[in-house]
Amino acid sequence: MEEFAALLNALVYTTSRNRKLALIAAYLRETPDPDRGWALAALTGSVDFPAVKANTFRNLLKERVDPVLWTLSRDFVGDTAETASLLWPEGSASSESSPSIAEVVETLSALTRASAPTELPKLLDRLDENGRFALIKFATGGMRIGVSARLAKTAFAQSFDVSVEEVEEYWHALEPPYAELFAWAADGGDPPDVTNRPMFRPFMLAHPLEEEELDLSDYAAEWKWDGIRVQLVRVNGETRLYSRSGDDISATFPEFLDVLPIDAVVDGELMVRGSVQGGETGGAASFNALQQRLGRKKVSKKMLAELPAFVRLYDVLLLEGDDRREHTWERRRKALEALMPRLPTSHFDLSQIVAARDFSHLAEIREGAREDAIEGLMLKRRDAPYIAGRKVGLWYKWKRDPLLVDCVLMYAQRGSGRRSSFYSDYTFGCWDGDPDAGAELLPVGKAYSGFTDAELKKLDKLVRQTTLNRFGPVREVERTLVFEVAFDSIHSSKRHKSGLAMRFPRIHRIRWDKPVHEADRLDNLRSLIRD
Amino acid sequence: MSAPFSWIRPEPWGVQIVPADCWIDPGRAVDRALVTHGHADHARGGHGETIATPETLAIMALRYRTGIENGEGEMPSKATPVQYGETISLAGGVKATFVPAGHVLGSAQILLEHAGERVVITGDYKRRHDPTCAPFEVVPCDVFITEATFGLPVFVHPPIEQEMAKLLGVLAANPDQCVVVGAYALGKAQRVIAELRAAGHHQPIYLHGAMEKMCRLYEEHGVDLGELRLVADAEKDDMRGHIVVATPAALNDRWSRRLPDPITAMASGWMRVRGRARQRGVELPLIISDHADWNELTNTILDVNPSETWITHGREEALLRWCELGQRKARALAMVGREEEAE
Ligand SMILES: [Zn+2]
Ligand SMILES: [Zn+2]
Repeated sequence: MEEFAALLNALVYTTSRNRKLALIAAYLRETPDPDRGWALAALTGSVDFPAVKANTFRNLLKERVDPVLWTLSRDFVGDTAETASLLWPEGSASSESSPSIAEVVETLSALTRASAPTELPKLLDRLDENGRFALIKFATGGMRIGVSARLAKTAFAQSFDVSVEEVEEYWHALEPPYAELFAWAADGGDPPDVTNRPMFRPFMLAHPLEEEELDLSDYAAEWKWDGIRVQLVRVNGETRLYSRSGDDISATFPEFLDVLPIDAVVDGELMVRGSVQGGETGGAASFNALQQRLGRKKVSKKMLAELPAFVRLYDVLLLEGDDRREHTWERRRKALEALMPRLPTSHFDLSQIVAARDFSHLAEIREGAREDAIEGLMLKRRDAPYIAGRKVGLWYKWKRDPLLVDCVLMYAQRGSGRRSSFYSDYTFGCWDGDPDAGAELLPVGKAYSGFTDAELKKLDKLVRQTTLNRFGPVREVERTLVFEVAFDSIHSSKRHKSGLAMRFPRIHRIRWDKPVHEADRLDNLRSLIRD
Repeated sequence: MSAPFSWIRPEPWGVQIVPADCWIDPGRAVDRALVTHGHADHARGGHGETIATPETLAIMALRYRTGIENGEGEMPSKATPVQYGETISLAGGVKATFVPAGHVLGSAQILLEHAGERVVITGDYKRRHDPTCAPFEVVPCDVFITEATFGLPVFVHPPIEQEMAKLLGVLAANPDQCVVVGAYALGKAQRVIAELRAAGHHQPIYLHGAMEKMCRLYEEHGVDLGELRLVADAEKDDMRGHIVVATPAALNDRWSRRLPDPITAMASGWMRVRGRARQRGVELPLIISDHADWNELTNTILDVNPSETWITHGREEALLRWCELGQRKARALAMVGREEEAE
């Protein structure tokens, strides 16, 4: 635990992304199994001990410290784990040595709500302040030390010189402490055998289309539907639904768990039935309708009936045990079309190809899509394989106006009047380069509108839960949330560090599903300047 | 006979000694002021007469405008030095005694006696050993007027030797870089340097220009700081593997660009809280404070054992609560402008 505590502390005081990567990578190289696996799980938010919650520690402390002094301290420090670690009575330190993470895991897993209040103090007594901080963070999850799951995985990849996409590919099939992952990456063993597990495959993603015109004999066009990108996976009869970031959302959409008749991995847009997008023939409701179904752990029958979800299929990655990702888009498209008759129309339809004579005709069609509330067009290279990530020249997204970019929430400020108790003013930023290669976020704008009261409540909660720093009425938050920001125009500006100023930015949509490293880069924004 | 202690009147900007018509640490220019120590939230120029220890007067002469305006330009104001342990008589039958507070060079608590009542005002204080100033003395009294800068139980300052070892360890591990320590120019900077010397570090230490005069003043008062050099006179590469001491404001300033790959450290009691360190971009937090920590604050109240405790500034709510739990009479004075962020 001491080494892990030292790592956390070092990460807390490091602002440079590259330095953070180096610190985590060094730790992963130098620490034995299974401790390093558990540490990686903690950094990626993959550990959960049901009997231990932040409240458990709060209650332990309130038995030992006056409750008023506890609350004053907690308010000042701003972090429960840190306050508890600072206030834990030192005098009781036992002579036993600091426990290993494996030992901590063993103890924590065996805890019940009844035994936690007697067992946790024994662990805390064996640790110093840094150790206690690390233990509480580890036990309750949610590190909030400015390290995202993606950063931790990137550090793992750098540490053992493997590709982060490959790590992502195995990740969702493995459990902490990831023995197979370390055996493969660190010790040169065979790759983890994931063939029999319903695991997530990283998505192929698109670049925004800028000035260039594409030859439609090389590229096929599809509508860009406004839902959430999902991957439906069935292996050995077991089905899972994954979101864009690879989170398992099967429980939120249980209606998909028995509708694939064969083993397959398909890629598509999850939406709710309706007639907003693309009119009657479009068959999909607005994103807001879908929003009501997102983020729920349980779904009522009523909700299933009122907001029936379906997947509009874009692609097929695996079919009956056969990996099709090396095939060209054209071949995969044929396989997908052949698959369609075997799928229930209640749950699936096919994303139609938009036929156009040439590029300018396509542009006309795209302009017409404005009324149909469609986001824009996707352009896919006909001879391209399915490649994880965002490779230049293969897929393009061609969003319709108004200008939309994906930004990351960085700071929040309390509003005024009716909203004075909420953090309702948001400052967001974009990457100044490749986020996986050490880019930083720079603020590009500030928005106060574009969300519902229910969303505001959710945002306010997120701000409070992920606060990194407070500056008077402003809170700096951990970079976890993507906003799709709409604005009228963008201009160069010397007053801002990003060199950009947005005109009338507003939140177009909250992308709870989108990983922050996929937010837009400043280059994309600069290309939108029409000064 | 008037109400107990009514001759002491706290205002948000200072404490008035009513029968003597003078003020302690007033935040405005007054005719006669008693000043506990040289920090800007306690001392200022422009008073008609300033009564303080000789060291504090020397510090004030260096930092503040000492004259008062009389319409014909600046007139030198009157400076009345009082030695530690010396008792002076003020108007209205009030006696004042200056007692070491252990905060910075020249810092004093002031004991006031009037009509059989004893009041001690601590200014800022600490109980730890400090090679640059005289140690705090416990003075029994009826009313103890205390600071509470670090008045929360989370604030426990570790032994300074531990923080020095941390600093020297990082310095040794990064011989191609320098460590720049942000430290308050009066008191903290000199204490850090003196403690580095005590820890056996005898390399030259580089100074931000704003520190130089105060370091010289400390040396004139018998505090040995070893070899000091100015950053302004140094070549960038000369500073590799060395410690630089700078004002906290200089850390994130363009000034720091002249340093060779600096590792940013900060010597402050606030460094106990991770968020505070992150907020300032500090990579190496050093928990070093010239104020009493929670244990010192509460133990000092027990040691002094006053019948009333008045709290001037800081996190008074928690200290009030502690007094309440111990059934001690206490009140908060809500003094303004007394926050030393650089602490
Ligand atoms: Zn002071
Ligand atoms: Zn002060």
